[in-house]
Amino acid sequence: MESIAVVGASLAGLRAVETLRREGFDGRLTLIGAENHLPYDRPPLSKVMLAGGWDESNLSLRTNPYDDLDLDLRLGTRASGLDLDPARRAVLLDGGDRVQADGILLATGSQARTMDGLPGHELDGVCTLRTVDDARDIAARLDASPRVVVVGAGFIGSEVAATCRGRGLDVTVLEALPQPMVRGLGPMLGAVCAQLHRDHGVDLHLGAGVEGFEGDGRVERVRLVDGRTIDADLVVVGIGVVPATDWLEGSGLTLDNGVVCDATLRAAPGVVAAGDVCRWPNPLFDGELMRLEHWTNAAEQGVAAALRLVRAGPDEAGAEPFAPVPFVWSDQYDVKIQSAGRFTGEDEVAIVHGTTEEYRFVALFGRAGRLIGALAFSRPRNLMQYRRMIFERASFAAALEHAHAAS
Amino acid sequence: MKVVVDFDKCESNAVCMGIAPEVFEVRDDDFLYILQEEPDESLRPKVEEAARMCPKLAITIEG
Repeated sequence: MESIAVVGASLAGLRAVETLRREGFDGRLTLIGAENHLPYDRPPLSKVMLAGGWDESNLSLRTNPYDDLDLDLRLGTRASGLDLDPARRAVLLDGGDRVQADGILLATGSQARTMDGLPGHELDGVCTLRTVDDARDIAARLDASPRVVVVGAGFIGSEVAATCRGRGLDVTVLEALPQPMVRGLGPMLGAVCAQLHRDHGVDLHLGAGVEGFEGDGRVERVRLVDGRTIDADLVVVGIGVVPATDWLEGSGLTLDNGVVCDATLRAAPGVVAAGDVCRWPNPLFDGELMRLEHWTNAAEQGVAAALRLVRAGPDEAGAEPFAPVPFVWSDQYDVKIQSAGRFTGEDEVAIVHGTTEEYRFVALFGRAGRLIGALAFSRPRNLMQYRRMIFERASFAAALEHAHAAS
Repeated sequence: MKVVVDFDKCESNAVCMGIAPEVFEVRDDDFLYILQEEPDESLRPKVEEAARMCPKLAITIEG
């Protein structure tokens, strides 16, 4: 393999190019990024960066100089398609350029889901948060002490709400479902998340669907489906993300809520994917098709997809399945929420290592007798132990035993 | 090899402990403890992975 193009210059793409160089790949290595910034860290955008008075140089994802990577770096450049013909495999760029490459790694991430179908979505002050530019804009608006309405009580919405409360702002959170994150956590743990917000002074409305935004040029209020209105100077919409695969329509790749890959992250001959765009069957969870939107997955999968490109060999004998235990964290108020594994509100659940009332506990999730997930509130040590047990396919009974032995 | 943790950055996510429990331990007080500041060379791959996967990039390796 003489040339590799990595499309997407965020965490997954960066860890991929670093891995390729570490593995001794010395061919032409192109890193293409739509944003006009070097790769940067996104988790701080909803936390310290909105808290104000923070040094943006802390967003760097690399301690060593970029020159060490000897990259053909194309920032502010959008990819518009692929040419998958093995004889002239290439990434097509906006403006007509082609980047010829023997290997292509797709890591274009995801973009914030918007409420563009709703009336008033175009009003000034209706924002989403995905990029550092978004965060700068919202941080500047927070300096004017607005009344903040957050739409969506998922991780991003909850973190924005917590940060704004930390600045002493009035915060209303609107969640369309009966509890925050109820699909992922179930009603009991969703209620714990709801109570955490209320304890910190958030005006939380559950089952509150948004009908539209109203105001004269700038947003002044949010209208709910039930007819009520909520006054607002700033609205942050945090209703999830969609994988950035528009540019791959018609490329010949299988697109279905992401780029569908095999268990080794291969999307097509010479093409692999990593990060938020990648949907692949995880062997550790019986081949369930997964698409993960989390920091740790982007880092791990960027490494794995890069190794897949350079180690598989012509007969593919060196291709290894990617079988991680998903891991995500979220900092809200003074609580560190961490989750490992793959679970839903439907699974068996047991609370160990504390109580939900003190916001310090672990919830273990079991399915068909197996430990498949753990959610921790401010219990990082325990959570990591269960992450390992999930990897080792421990039984639910063994996890409960471990918990009781430790307490 | 010397393991250095920037404790101003560390948020005790315990990812490092999951990867290299011989070197990193987050205890019940939620603080990270370095069990071996100069671990054996055989642990280098694990320590390097822990440094790469640290959500705060708080771990560096000298030498």
